[in-house]
Amino acid sequence: MSATTATVQKNNPLTDPVRKQLIDQIVDQNKDRPGAIMVVLNEVQSAIGFITTEMQDYIAHRLQVPASRVHGVVSFYSFFTTNARGTHTVKFCMGTACYVGGTPALIEKTKQILGIEPGNTTPDGNITVEICRCVGACSQAPVILVDEDVIGRVKPNKMPQVLKPIQEIAE
Amino acid sequence: MAIFRSHVLVCVDPECLKKGAHDIMDALQDELVTKGLIDEIQVLETSRIGGCDNGPEIMVYPEGVHYVGISPDDVPYLVEEHFLKGRTAEKFVLKEKTFIDEELSAPTSKEVRIVLKNCGIIDPGNIEEYLAEGGYEGLGKVLTSYTPEETIDIVLRSGLGGRGGAGFPTGKKWQFCRATQEWPKYMICNADEGDPGAFMNRRVLEGDPHAVIEGMIIGAYAVGSSQGYIYCRAEYPLAIKTLNIAIDQAHALGLLGKDILGSGFDFDLEVRMGAGAFVCGEETALMASIEGKRGEPRPRPPFPAVKGLFGKPSNVNNVETYANVPQIIINGPEWYASYGTEKSKGTKTFALAGDVQHTGLIEVPFGLTLREIIFDVGGGIKDGKAFKAIQTGGPMGGCLPAEFLDLPVDYQELAKAGSIMGSGGLVVMDEDTCMVDIARFFMDFVQDESCGKCTPCRVGTRRILEILEGICEGRGKESDLDTLEMLCEQIQEDSLCGLGQGAPNPVVSTLKHFRSEYEAHIKEKRCPAKVCKPLIRYDIVDGPCTGCTVCARNCPVNCITGERRQTHVIDPDVCVRCGICMQVCNFNAIVIN
Ligand SMILES: Cc1cc2nc3c(=O)[nH]c(=O)nc-3n(C[C@H](O)[C@H](O)[C@H](O)COP(=O)(O)O)c2cc1C
Ligand code: SF4
Ligand code: SF4
Ligand code: SF4
Ligand code: FES
Ligand code: FES
Repeated sequence: MSATTATVQKNNPLTDPVRKQLIDQIVDQNKDRPGAIMVVLNEVQSAIGFITTEMQDYIAHRLQVPASRVHGVVSFYSFFTTNARGTHTVKFCMGTACYVGGTPALIEKTKQILGIEPGNTTPDGNITVEICRCVGACSQAPVILVDEDVIGRVKPNKMPQVLKPIQEIAE
Repeated sequence: MAIFRSHVLVCVDPECLKKGAHDIMDALQDELVTKGLIDEIQVLETSRIGGCDNGPEIMVYPEGVHYVGISPDDVPYLVEEHFLKGRTAEKFVLKEKTFIDEELSAPTSKEVRIVLKNCGIIDPGNIEEYLAEGGYEGLGKVLTSYTPEETIDIVLRSGLGGRGGAGFPTGKKWQFCRATQEWPKYMICNADEGDPGAFMNRRVLEGDPHAVIEGMIIGAYAVGSSQGYIYCRAEYPLAIKTLNIAIDQAHALGLLGKDILGSGFDFDLEVRMGAGAFVCGEETALMASIEGKRGEPRPRPPFPAVKGLFGKPSNVNNVETYANVPQIIINGPEWYASYGTEKSKGTKTFALAGDVQHTGLIEVPFGLTLREIIFDVGGGIKDGKAFKAIQTGGPMGGCLPAEFLDLPVDYQELAKAGSIMGSGGLVVMDEDTCMVDIARFFMDFVQDESCGKCTPCRVGTRRILEILEGICEGRGKESDLDTLEMLCEQIQEDSLCGLGQGAPNPVVSTLKHFRSEYEAHIKEKRCPAKVCKPLIRYDIVDGPCTGCTVCARNCPVNCITGERRQTHVIDPDVCVRCGICMQVCNFNAIVIN
């Protein structure tokens, strides 16, 4: 599969039978619950990893609510992302304790290693770097999240070591 | 229930999980099976055993032996020594006792644990353990012996105040909701805990979920609600998982659902997940979010007790507020009110963070001074540095300088000092912290989290942020301070919700207590704490530099040059002032000017 087809497929789960079925299942299971939109969007976000405009339209249609309502909700909450992320995500905690504890220096170091600023994905689509809010592990500041793992007390010179495992998987 | 002679508690908090806590659990199970001990010794999951940096950490009861740094390969040895030979495997015993352990065991401790009573002690995934600690006795007592009105009266007399920030009397809130003659009524738990630097609620949800659930059921009985929601922030997946397990177990025992404990009272509970919007911690925004809408606050009145979730009367309380309730019922309101100060009763959990020796979770009665909290409980400032300020109350709170160290901490005293209790985040800052930078940091946070509904908050916070950024970058004007004060006042007065009303607090408090620091930035273009990047430069000092090349290899922008064993030089035009070189230099050869 060439890189471009991979990206196209990645961006449109509606054309992928497996993921489309997953979305349908989430909608069917939750559509009658009060406040269903949030529940469905949260589950789709965690199952698929992002919610494109087409997916939002489709969910609105399935929930029988105006598409604008779903768009409004998606744009309000920072957890909902509309673009596909990289295979791995590295999040830097910018909560008070971590900020004071040295997150900015970690970001600088990461820029040097990966060549990207927070909010971006490496050109090979492997790693997305983001900034996040306090993850509630402040006593271990500064904290970063590599995929689901919380890593605390990170020093700038430890960054290569921290990033190595997820960099290697790509090769 | 089978009787076990020993319990092995394995910490499954993120830090320990990362270091392989689940592998340890598996290895333990396997080894116990192999040695034929599986019927005598139970392996359980728990949270936060210790200091979090020696993981995986386990605790063996009844002996209370704390083992750290074990790998699956060490498990056979450990089982052999501890359970077969009956002696402690010394090499894995935690050497230097960590702060949390001392606080749990030392009788002289200044802590009082009511909310955190069970955290780290029981298996949060097993309702039996909660029951064994007297769990759901409070609920039983309420359902069999008290009317809803009597229940409310008990909570009122305990003096319990809302732990979500404002300390509003919980009993009164319940009275209002009970008084509204409309059904259904909703019981809501605010588990959004969005303040950076706060993680008390997460601990309770992960370590003792049933305390919160029991408190909610009691409250629901008191106000007359049959459906509850726990709104938990998406950043807490483990808390959500733990809660769902706990709810299922409570259902199975008839503690939730129809006809609870045969009393005829029905109540059900569901967990709803947030999606990363700080403002959803505000109660009206939170309810909008549960309804599947954008989480925008709306004006009050009508208060939730009259018109709340789905337009119905609702009661919103914080996690910690609910977690106190079962204890108050069991031990009586007088017992609870015996802790604390005249106006603030009971205890409060705090997350101690920042430049303090022992960071972590504490629970103390109201009235302890900041000094006692920072120095006696927290062990003082890290690395022998000097105390500069403490930030209380999160992004809508304030920074207090050393003059306030003897302030007894309660809702009223903190408010008088120009800060707030908030949810209980305490960030200690040492002499290396720049207060203008801190104000800028909080303003960045609130302006990003402002929902944008009202102009003063949306536009005003952005203006303040621009001015603060200017000051930090050396572009400050003398008139800036007046402009800041005026903007702060406007935003405080004209904003719709607590976010806007509180947003200026970090600026107001730092302007009040650390004005000279602002002035140094503006008039002398100097950052006294040497933090603000455009106002500092890094230099390598000739003498101490050994030319070890470590700094050059670590500089993210490769702006350090020099031959091996020769003094190195930093190119100030390229340097991004990240400070990494200074951290890695072993010879203290790098200075900030
Ligand atoms: C911007 C903003 C954020 C808030 N965040 C929280 C929060 O994370 N947790 C919480 O319990 N209360 C939070 N509150 C307070 C709630 O609006 C509400 O007062 C509280 O949940 C009531 O519970 P209590 O009476 O038990 O304190 C927040 C308020 C504002 C204005
Ligand atoms: S004060 Fe700010 S956060 Fe609150 S409603 Fe207004 S714009 Fe939204
Ligand atoms: S790390 Fe320190 S001693 Fe080594 S070259 Fe750099 S400045 Fe000199
Ligand atoms: S402060 Fe950062 S960018 Fe500047 S010389 Fe040191 S390591 Fe390099
Ligand atoms: S501030 Fe980073 S985990 Fe809380
Ligand atoms: S993370 Fe395991 S002891 Fe804290």
